Amino acid sequence: MILTSPYAPVAEQTSADYQLFLPTFARILKVEQLTALEKVFTLRLPDGQPLGHRPGQFVEVSVLGVGEAPISISSSPSRSEDTFEMCVRKVGDVTSAIHRLGPGDKIGIRGPFGRSFPYEKFRGKDILFAPGGLGLAPLRSLINQVLDERALYGRVILLYGARNPSELLFKDELKRWSERSDVEFHVTVDRGDETWTGNTGVITTLFSHISIYPRNTVAATCGPPVMYRFVLMELFGKGISEGNIWLSLERRMKCGIGKCGHCQINNVYACQSGPVFSYKEIKGLEEAL
Amino acid sequence: MSLTILQKKDLNHFIERLLAQYRVAGPTRSNGGCAFDLIDDPVDLQLEYATTILPPKKYLLPPQEILFEFNKDENGAVHPPKPDQPTVIFGVHTCDLHAIQLLDTVFSNGHPDSIYMDRRKNTLIVSVECLTPCDEHSFCKSMGTLSADEGYDLHLTDLGDAYAVEIGSEAGAELLQNANNSSPSKENIQQLNAVLSEKWPKFPYRLNFDVSDLPSLLSMSMKSPLWNELGERCLACAACTNVCPTCFCFDVKDEIELDLRRGQRVRMWDSCQLDEFATVAGGHNFRKSPASRQRHRFMRKGKYILEAHNHLGCVGCGRCARACLVDITPVGVFNELHRQLEVEGKL
Repeated sequence: MILTSPYAPVAEQTSADYQLFLPTFARILKVEQLTALEKVFTLRLPDGQPLGHRPGQFVEVSVLGVGEAPISISSSPSRSEDTFEMCVRKVGDVTSAIHRLGPGDKIGIRGPFGRSFPYEKFRGKDILFAPGGLGLAPLRSLINQVLDERALYGRVILLYGARNPSELLFKDELKRWSERSDVEFHVTVDRGDETWTGNTGVITTLFSHISIYPRNTVAATCGPPVMYRFVLMELFGKGISEGNIWLSLERRMKCGIGKCGHCQINNVYACQSGPVFSYKEIKGLEEAL
Repeated sequence: MSLTILQKKDLNHFIERLLAQYRVAGPTRSNGGCAFDLIDDPVDLQLEYATTILPPKKYLLPPQEILFEFNKDENGAVHPPKPDQPTVIFGVHTCDLHAIQLLDTVFSNGHPDSIYMDRRKNTLIVSVECLTPCDEHSFCKSMGTLSADEGYDLHLTDLGDAYAVEIGSEAGAELLQNANNSSPSKENIQQLNAVLSEKWPKFPYRLNFDVSDLPSLLSMSMKSPLWNELGERCLACAACTNVCPTCFCFDVKDEIELDLRRGQRVRMWDSCQLDEFATVAGGHNFRKSPASRQRHRFMRKGKYILEAHNHLGCVGCGRCARACLVDITPVGVFNELHRQLEVEGKL
């Protein structure tokens, strides 16, 4: 019915010294336009202090005078000594304001918050990544963490779906992943264009391209709400167990510390017990998917 | 801690002394009823009152409060607000006292909310024993909030000519310095016992089951057809959550002056009953139907909050029932769920 301890995992809170609602101001070092709606921002905290995040965690990002929004951290801890990256889709007031900022501008950061992917437990196993659309942004942190300690894992399979070729994120990185012999990389778009020669169809069509050893495979997926049920069916169809399927769930989050109520999934605060959950943990929560 | 006696004739003097040191809030006459307000004269205080529209929560978690002020010309510097003056909330009913204990737990559990906690440390509570039910919507007796053993600094019980004053904290004891209070006589104790035993039968039980069964009753009612019925009636006006002494969900917004440089980040009460509460920027609403939002509200009140914080999320004050324009009441909902499960043979 419910998680044994739905409110327990608060231990991952880091940066203990910040005051609750007071942001720290990071400097934007670099902005890269990925698609019409998405930009990736490289940020540096004062004095290059590390953010101290883990893959799957998020920060509350603010532009003074506009407001604050939860944004996942897109860079891996393995590549974040004094900077970190976040991929921002221009979709609301705050993200539109973020998109108007450029190198040298300051941006408010609180966090990191939430529970991360337990990647240490994935070591020794095959990993199947299944991001859809903007879901690649949070998963990229985990993917690069795994690739930076590649020898510790078994197979790395990456299935990525976007609506059309122009919406594919991190295209340079996708190319590098596709060229690696130690990454089984498959990408699809719902609708191709005249230049697209790859797979077309939704992400679930990629599952027929791969075969896996289910007992030794961990899956990590993130995407729009509508995607999860279909991807989960494919993952179950491959025989992956409920406890080995990890999802990152999007919710509205105003505080990040389990108080404001917006992110609640039944009795669980996604900002504290999530946003990363195993399917086993959320399958009894009717409001989860 | 201990009991002392304060004569009624000495009460105003006692409050005048408080006013010299503290902001004092308490029930005052307002629009034919009573409302918690700041007082500057003890005569304005109405200690015998039948509930208020808004609970005293507003002095601990204000409807809107500044988290910090900023000036964009200051290169990202932000300024937290100055702390409030020390405050005494006078005349708190025991249902509201239980609600404040819940808020204290919520805001200190896990990642403590220093803004609430700082204000709470700066606030003293003088509660009063309720001797008659507020109205037909009160169900404090069913919720176990008709009395309180803790959570107050002082607790007053009306003995006629005097108040029996239970001292609940050292800070409460300090308030009484030079208050002309006296040790209770044997007669005072007898009076207190008589008042409390006369009071008890005046309050009805309104739930048709024991409140300890409420969480499991709700667990079994996730799929109840009642939620759809409530969803069809609910106007999603959020009156229920706005008047609730235990609702603590909030929104955070920025407000900017016309110069577009100076501004403030504020937090304000929010409501899970509003359409946009669980809507993310892309437009997906994770609790789209009013039925799902009503269910969420009652699940929080009787189950989720209890599981998380070991306090029931409802204290039986009846405010939401009085405020609801379409007569959705917790007593009605909880009893109907109980009836449905009984009919289904699940109890």
